This record gives sequence, C-alpha cells and structure tokens, in this order.
Amino acid sequence: MSKPRLVSTIGEKEYYYPGHAACHGCGASIGLRHLLKAIGPNAILAVPAGCTSIIAGRANLSTFGIPFIHTAFGSAASVASGIIEALDRLGKKDVNVVVWAGDGGTFDIGFASLSGAAERGHNILYVLDDNEAYMNTGIQRSGATPRGAWTTTTIKGKKEGKKNILDIMRAHNIPYLATASVAYPLDFHRKVKKALSIKGFKFIHLMSPCPPGWRFDMHLTVEVARKAVLSGVWILMEIENGLLRLNPPSNTMLEKRRLPVEEYVKMQGRFRFLKGELLEEFKRDVERNWERIKKILEEQSR
Amino acid sequence: MSITSRVKKVLTGNHATAYAVMQARVDVIPAYPITPQTTIVEKLDEFIENGLLDASMIRVESEHSAMAAAIGASAAGARTYTATSSHGLLYMYENLWWAANARLPIVATFVTRAIGPPWNIWSDHQDIFTLRDSGWILFMAKNAQEAYDLTLQAFKIAENPNIRLPVGIGYDGFYISHTSEPVEMLAQDEVDAFLPDKRSIKPLLDPSNPYTIGNLPEASFNFLIRKNMWGSMESSIDYIKKVGYEYYLLTGRNYGDLVDKYRCEDADTIFVSIGAMANEGMVAVDRLRSKGHKVGHMALRLLRPYPEDEVIDSIGNAERIIVMSRAVSMGKGGILFTDLIDVVYRNRLNVDVYDIVVGLAGVEVVDNDFIKVYNDVLDGIFDKRETIFLMGGKYV
Ligand SMILES: Cc1ncc(C[n+]2csc(CCOP(=O)(O)OP(=O)(O)O)c2C)c(N)n1
Ligand code: SF4
Ligand SMILES: [Mg+2]
Repeated sequence: MSKPRLVSTIGEKEYYYPGHAACHGCGASIGLRHLLKAIGPNAILAVPAGCTSIIAGRANLSTFGIPFIHTAFGSAASVASGIIEALDRLGKKDVNVVVWAGDGGTFDIGFASLSGAAERGHNILYVLDDNEAYMNTGIQRSGATPRGAWTTTTIKGKKEGKKNILDIMRAHNIPYLATASVAYPLDFHRKVKKALSIKGFKFIHLMSPCPPGWRFDMHLTVEVARKAVLSGVWILMEIENGLLRLNPPSNTMLEKRRLPVEEYVKMQGRFRFLKGELLEEFKRDVERNWERIKKILEEQSR
Repeated sequence: MSITSRVKKVLTGNHATAYAVMQARVDVIPAYPITPQTTIVEKLDEFIENGLLDASMIRVESEHSAMAAAIGASAAGARTYTATSSHGLLYMYENLWWAANARLPIVATFVTRAIGPPWNIWSDHQDIFTLRDSGWILFMAKNAQEAYDLTLQAFKIAENPNIRLPVGIGYDGFYISHTSEPVEMLAQDEVDAFLPDKRSIKPLLDPSNPYTIGNLPEASFNFLIRKNMWGSMESSIDYIKKVGYEYYLLTGRNYGDLVDKYRCEDADTIFVSIGAMANEGMVAVDRLRSKGHKVGHMALRLLRPYPEDEVIDSIGNAERIIVMSRAVSMGKGGILFTDLIDVVYRNRLNVDVYDIVVGLAGVEVVDNDFIKVYNDVLDGIFDKRETIFLMGGKYV
C-alpha cells in the first residue's frame, strides 16, 4: 500500500460528523477527525469532562460514528481499563479502546488514573488533547499552561513552566509514546496507526491550539500549530520501546534551524505578558527541552 | 473446586460475600483495599489465582478509579462487582452517582465504617447513608448468611432490564465482616439457575451498534431521565420482593419480606434498627417480652427504595416506635428516624416516634441499650422533639 500524501486521502470514511459543537477553528476538532479516521469504526472512545464533552453534541444526537462514553473528569483512563477488561471477558478482542482527554484531564485531575492504567499496561491508546488550559470552564491555567501565558486564573501571565508530561509517561516504560500536532495530520495519523499496532498502553500528546483560549483568529489554527513546531516550541517525536526518534520537521531542528520563538508567540494574545525576563525564561524552557532530547539521543547512540 | 452441592461452612461476612460473588461468576472486579472491606477482594483474588473464578481483577490505584473501571466494564456489558468502606466510599463518591445515573447494573458491597477524622476503622453507618439519595438500591445485612444471600439476589435485581440500577449490600465492619458463623451456600448449578444469563446484560458500548451515552440534554429531557430513574426505583420494590420470595422457595430463608419483623404482631412498642445491632434489638425484645412487655423489633433489610408499605404494616397498632440510628444527619437527627418520620406523617399514623442515636464510631450497642431506652421512654423522660445520644449505656 502506498503511503497517503494528502490529508484527504487518509481513510475513506469520516466518523466525525458535521454538526459537532466545537468553536470554529477548534484544534481539537481537527484532531478528533483524524483520530477517528485512524481508529474507527471498530473502536470505543472514552472522554472525560472538557470541551469534547460539548463537541460530542446534544442528546440524543452524536458527533461520533463510534461508541462514545463520557466519563467523570478524572476517570477516563480507569473507565478505559474497565472497558478493555470487559471486552476481553466478552471475547471482543479486536476493538480499539481509546481515550481522548484534555490537558486538565491528563496533567492534573486525571493524572493518577492515567498513571495507574499505564502502570497496569492496559491495552489502551491514550490521546492527550493539549490546548494548554481548562478551556471548557473558561480558560483557567492547568499544569500544561506554558510560562507567561495569560489565563483567567493567571491574569498577568503564568509564572511557572509547563509540566513535562512526556518524560513522566516515558518513566512508566510504556511501549509507545509520541507527540503530534494538528498541523501535521499525516504524522498524527501514522502515529495513531502505529500505536494501535502495538499491544499495551500507548500515549500520544497532541498539540491542539484553541482560538478563543489562545487569543488568535479562528482561521489561524493550523498556522499557529505549525509555528509551534517550526520555532521548536513543540517537538515532533516518538519513543518506541524506549528509543526516541525525532520526526520531520523537528528532526532537522536539533542544530537550531528554527524560527525565532517570537514568531510563534506574537500570533497569540495569551502571550501579551511574555516580555523581558519572562520571555527569556520561556526561551530557556525551549532550549532545555532540546538539550534534554539531544542528551537522550546521544546516550542512545552510544 | 466449585461448590457442587449445598454446603454449610463457617465463614466471615466478607468471605461469605466473596463466595457469593464467585458463584455469581462475575467478569470484572476493579478493587482497592480498605479496612474492613479488604478481605473480600483478597479472597476473590485467591479464587481467581486458584482457578475457581474466571474473572479479571483490576488492581486500580484508587477507589475513584475502582468505580470508574466498574463503570467502563459494566457499560461494555460485563457482570461487574466491587467493594469498599468509609473513606473509600467517599473517594468513590462522584463515580458512585455516575454509575447510578448511567443505569449500570454494578453490584457492590459496602462494609460500613466510621468516617474520619479521627481515623477509625470501627463500624457506624454514616458511610452507606451518603448513598441514600444516589439511585443505588441499598440492602443492609445483619449477619453473614444475609450477606451471602443478598449478594446473589443483588445481581438478579440489578440486571433486570426494567430496573438496571446498581445494587449495594451493606453490613457492619468487624461485627459481621470479620466474625465467623455457619453460612449455607447454594450449589453452583442452583446459583446458575437462579441468576439471569450474564450475557443478557445489554452493552452500552458496542461498535456494531454505536451510540453515545450522556450527551448534553435539554433540562426537561434530563428531568425525565431522573423521573424515569425514580420510577424504576419505586417499581423495583415488587421485583425485589419477587426475587426474595423465589429465593425463599429455593432456600427456606425468606427475603420476600423487606422488613425483618420480630414479634411485632401485638406490640405496643417497636424498635427499629439495621445491621448487626438489630440482633441485639431482638435479644432485648425477648428479654422484655419475658417480663410481659409487648415489644417488637423491625430490621430494615432494604434502605432504598424505602419499603414504606411494609414499614406501615409492621407498625400496625403500635403506640410508639423507638428508632435506633447508627448514623446521624448533622443538624437534623438520626437518619433512620428522619426516614421513618416521613412515613408516619404522610400516612397520618398515630404513633409516637423517638429518635435515638447510638453506636457512632463503633461504640458497641447491646441489648441493655435497647432496654434502657425502652424503660426511659415509658418513664417519659424524653422530649420527643429531641435527638437523644446514647453511648455505652449513658446519655451524652
Ligand atoms: C470533578 C470535576 N471538577 C471540575 C469539573 C469542571 N470542569 C469541567 S471541564 C474542566 C476543564 C477541562 O480542561 P481540559 O481537561 O484541559 O479540557 P478542555 O476543556 O481544555 O478541552 C473543568 C475544570 C468537573 N467536570 N468535574
Ligand atoms: S474553547 Fe477551544 S478547545 Fe474548546 S471547543 Fe472552542 S476552540 Fe475547541
Ligand atoms: Mg485543555
């Protein structure tokens, strides 16, 4: 089979239906569409409280062409654990059990259940839909909100940096982890397919910009997501059986062939306080990320 | 080895429960340890490891996740069981309500235990009563045999498609969970015949028939969902009695009566209590009867739905009811009392009702406590509007 090249060639069938309730330009919407193409139709999706609870649509309609279960905010991974064990008992062994959870539902309130499911090695794909704040409740900071970002609970910009969830999940020794971006749907699609081919707990961290939360115009979502990657703020990579590999275009950016961070930052109203020393610290956050990856790659090549 | 014929075994309440769960052939058991519930799931783990039970034990990282995993498993169509106590129950709380509102036929045991601080592992009934309004069908057993019997019945009730509500079985920590008594167990084929086919549980999550559970409703639609749940709760009473009667025909132990009446027929005074202390209440009744007092006792076996008709029936022509609650609604009164007083008012029963709170935090309740309260009621020392606290034979 030849590799798909264009987004429109990924999968014939859509399982993310028109009439969904996402905002215009919603990054999560792009992510969900491509996730469902890759996992459907023989799949079950578990989703905790968050924007996707709304995106799912009004009762008794549904945005999704596959079985979908809402879960309590901190419970998505545990609900998925129950589902996978039940399917196993019922002899339905080929169903993809997938969690789609926001950054709040992952970094913060859902973290214990995520860590537990990963440690138990349940055969689940967990996709973290990271829009870097609690959007559904009106843009409050989360453990994923980057330094300097305005939210309604960090009205002068967040003083603390973003929790490194990928490293934390990597320390769980799960067989597959990856980052992805809604600006690179082919890459995301491939990673979802790859994850589904592996047994055990898989984790994909998807960066999905949110126009109202990040304060940019709704037609710029893909552009913002792409700038995050091209400026090196967001790094595309995957870790399979402990081995880290950078993916295009991040794989060409180890030696600083990156756009200035400002190119990414200036597109977004949420970064209006990111100036002076705070901006310098933000840049150092980015550098530290790259240094860490460099170190891992060096250790691997030894 | 599976149990091929009826057998009597000396078992703790927790082990009796574990045997019933094993014989019910559950599929999935998400569980987290907490005293005094732990020995149920330890025993189930042992059954699984030894090949007696073909089920998945999900050793979750918290009770919140135990009930979450139970929700996932039950929604996918598996027969699902878990157990907890006290802080574990409170930690589960959000998902306990979720399970009820999602109409999932989960069965759980709630081994009652006081709520801290201070840390306290002894029994009172505050924990289980936090579920009073949740939509869980709640039983309260007063010995290990009842724990076993009600656990089996619970699966049948929960999985009835007209009911589809989670069912909890409560009993007192240590008094019942950890003390041993002879328990008669059914043969496996009798259990298999008694329970419905577990594969008749309709999965809500089925890729061949995809739909979404729990999308944003219109308020009025949601109201009707709640009303519908009320309807199932109310109508479940008849089915619970039917199952109890069927169980009676099978075993000779009558669960068709949701209120366990003891010498109530001609009584002018009736005690009300639940769980382990009901046994003390019945001893007190015998002692008072031997002195010519016309007293009786009713133990509520079903807490929710409230067995109103049977309670009224049991009250009969009694002049006074002494309600001994092991749980208090802070700022209101003993919880069994507040439940009962509503029945008295709505039915305009001409009866005096006394509100006695006992046994909080695991303080022992004995027959003498019942007798003391009875004598003091007759002596007229109580103001009926007051909630009375009796601890170790003294009012405090
Ligand atoms: C236990 C609990 N606490 C709080 C909430 C309120 N709440 C609903 S969604 C949400 C934030 C979700 O943030 P995130 O996970 O990042 O998802 P997003 O909305 O950004 O997609 C909060 C705080 C809740 N539903 N449940
Ligand atoms: S608030 Fe943001 S994440 Fe939520 S639906 Fe709108 S665009 Fe999407
Ligand atoms: Mg978010």
